[in-house]
Amino acid sequence: MQGLESFFEVGLNHYLILSTLLFACGLAGVLLRRNVIVIMMSIELMLNGVNLSFVAFSKYMAMLEGQIMVFFVMTIAAAEAAVGLALAVAIFKRFREVNIRYFEQLKG
Amino acid sequence: MDAQFFLIVLLFSPLIGFLINGFRYRHHSANVAGIIATAAAGLSFLAALALVFQLVNFAADSQAGTSAVHRRLAVDLFQWLDVGLLKVSASFVIDPISAIMILVVTGVGSLIHLFSIGYMHHDAGAAKYFAYLNLFLFNMLVLVTGESLPVMFVGWEGVGLCSYLLIGFWFTDEQKAAAGMKAFITNRIGDAAFVLGMFILFFAIGSLSFQTLNEGARRFADEAPLGWLHPITLATLFLFIGATGKSAQIPLYVWLPDAMAGPTPVSALIHAATMVTAGVYMIVRLNALFMMAPLTMMIIAIVGALTAVMAASIGLTQWDIKKVLAYSTVSQLGYMFLACGVGAFSAAMFHLMTHAFFKALMFLGSGSVIHAMHEEQDIRKMGGLRKALPITHATFVLGWLAIIGIPPFAGFFSKDEILWKTFSSPLGHPLLWVVGAAGAMMTAFYMTRLVALTFWGESRVPKGVHPHESPPTMTIPLGVLGVLSVVGGWLGIPHLIGSAMPFHTDNILESFLAHSIVPLPGGESSDSSLEVGLMLTSVVLASAMAGLAFLFYAKKSTAPARIAEALGGFYRLVYNKYFVDEAYFRALINPLMRASQKLWYYVDVSLIDRTTYVLSDTIRGGGSFVRSLQSGNLQQYALYIGLGVVTVLSIILVRG
Repeated sequence: MQGLESFFEVGLNHYLILSTLLFACGLAGVLLRRNVIVIMMSIELMLNGVNLSFVAFSKYMAMLEGQIMVFFVMTIAAAEAAVGLALAVAIFKRFREVNIRYFEQLKG
Repeated sequence: MDAQFFLIVLLFSPLIGFLINGFRYRHHSANVAGIIATAAAGLSFLAALALVFQLVNFAADSQAGTSAVHRRLAVDLFQWLDVGLLKVSASFVIDPISAIMILVVTGVGSLIHLFSIGYMHHDAGAAKYFAYLNLFLFNMLVLVTGESLPVMFVGWEGVGLCSYLLIGFWFTDEQKAAAGMKAFITNRIGDAAFVLGMFILFFAIGSLSFQTLNEGARRFADEAPLGWLHPITLATLFLFIGATGKSAQIPLYVWLPDAMAGPTPVSALIHAATMVTAGVYMIVRLNALFMMAPLTMMIIAIVGALTAVMAASIGLTQWDIKKVLAYSTVSQLGYMFLACGVGAFSAAMFHLMTHAFFKALMFLGSGSVIHAMHEEQDIRKMGGLRKALPITHATFVLGWLAIIGIPPFAGFFSKDEILWKTFSSPLGHPLLWVVGAAGAMMTAFYMTRLVALTFWGESRVPKGVHPHESPPTMTIPLGVLGVLSVVGGWLGIPHLIGSAMPFHTDNILESFLAHSIVPLPGGESSDSSLEVGLMLTSVVLASAMAGLAFLFYAKKSTAPARIAEALGGFYRLVYNKYFVDEAYFRALINPLMRASQKLWYYVDVSLIDRTTYVLSDTIRGGGSFVRSLQSGNLQQYALYIGLGVVTVLSIILVRG
């Protein structure tokens, strides 16, 4: 039963599958939802899916670069959230709703 | 002053007149426009006089040394074309041949401009009319003074354009506009042949300047006689077809009678005196070349003789005063080609000049009559106009005597020289003389008929029309041309008569032209008793026919009607102009139109149009699909990115 054991033993593939699922969930949220806040949360989910794969690779290949990259991603994510939320607040103030279609008003 | 200055004045003063009147085409005053145009033409005439004076003096200066003076003033304005081997410069030449032409063109042209002031007095488009007339003069002068075939061709096309514009001058009348188009299109056929002739000459000789062509032609003298397919024979034949278009010879003469739709002074200037003689002039200009091709010369002589007699026979039956004159013009042009064809080039130039005088006179006279009769052209409704139009009548009679060849009027000398050369030249033939003499008899008959029906006999003028003599602007040109119709022929008094006269006047014109024209190969025949005999025969025959016509038409006679009835079908054939127009429509124009219609429907609409529509629909469909992708919806864009990533990843995965 060597195969079955190795199947249940947590390895790199499991992390990668989980990371892909997280990323796909996030992508689906970005594409399908209309609420700006939810879209931003979905982006966060995608970023974290990627972060997970970075960390997993870092661990299994015994290299630190992946973890350093994760810090960068988290920093950028925080900045992005700050800007995005500011926009969302501005939109909400004007339209009393945070639907993504109001961003079309920004077109020239 | 030098020749260049005068030549520029000669050419460009009508052009400037055209520009002035062209820019003020909205003005209605015939007087102002007419004075501008006539002044331009007159200035041009003065320049022509100065040039001819220089040319004659030129001879006197250098006559001391050599007997064979080459009188020639050449002016090179600028390099026009320089393409590979073809080098054409805008150069112009005044030699005896073009000297005669510039005098005729500007002299008769000025008189006709003057006449037009009176004739176009009531017309609102007078400024436009005079602008066209000046433009015509410019193009005609380019045609006659140009030193190479391409430069001549510029003028050749230019006069064609002006002819079209002036025939269709009253273009609101559909028939007149159609006549203009007919002239233009018929001329195109000839012009295509003219261009082909130029191509062949360029290949055969390598240059298109007249001097080189005439000298280059001698190169082929060793190969004589040249066959039908020799390039020189072909080229001259093509050039001759070009001439038949411009000069209204069989088979392309059909446009000239219709061209009478234009104002009458235009018929006098363009369709009698100048433009239609361009074909004759072109052949005389290239006389050395044409002499190299005896087969072409034979064709020219036959076509000329046939045209002369056929057009004269149609002239016998027409009732429209201008149509009679038009067929008479075609017939007289036939005589000029007959002269060219038998190698009597100086006789052709001589007849060209005298014809310009008396035919312009008769056209202007008919214009005066039409003007007096309030646009009536049917000679059955005229008669007895002698009393109402004394000056017109007197001058018209001078023209009549000139054209039927009564000595000492101009036409006698020129026509007789042509007939004599036709008989005596090695290239001529007695049969051609018979045809020519028959044409001359018919000419005498129909011209007498025209004069008798218009001016003599009893008045058939409808009640309410009161003919009146024309104003002086119209009668002065008539008078001048009348004098020229009398004395014009004295320039070419044959040696035979000249030597018998007290002052011993030789053939001035022939000796003037002598060095520009190749002599006949066999030399001149000098059987003076035969020449006198033929001369008397033609005079007697012409007088007899004129007398007969006088009896028929000036007195009340039923003979013409009875003869017409006796001839029956033949009369109707001639009266309907041998149904040539109808035959052309049947055999050429209608099939062409039907073919074009089929081509239009099947090729243009069904094939080309449909292809382009399908193409444009496909592209538009594709465009609208691509446009729908670019909606401005951010989430949609993100989807495309996602799909793109998935696609790229799957490709990488599948290909390993």
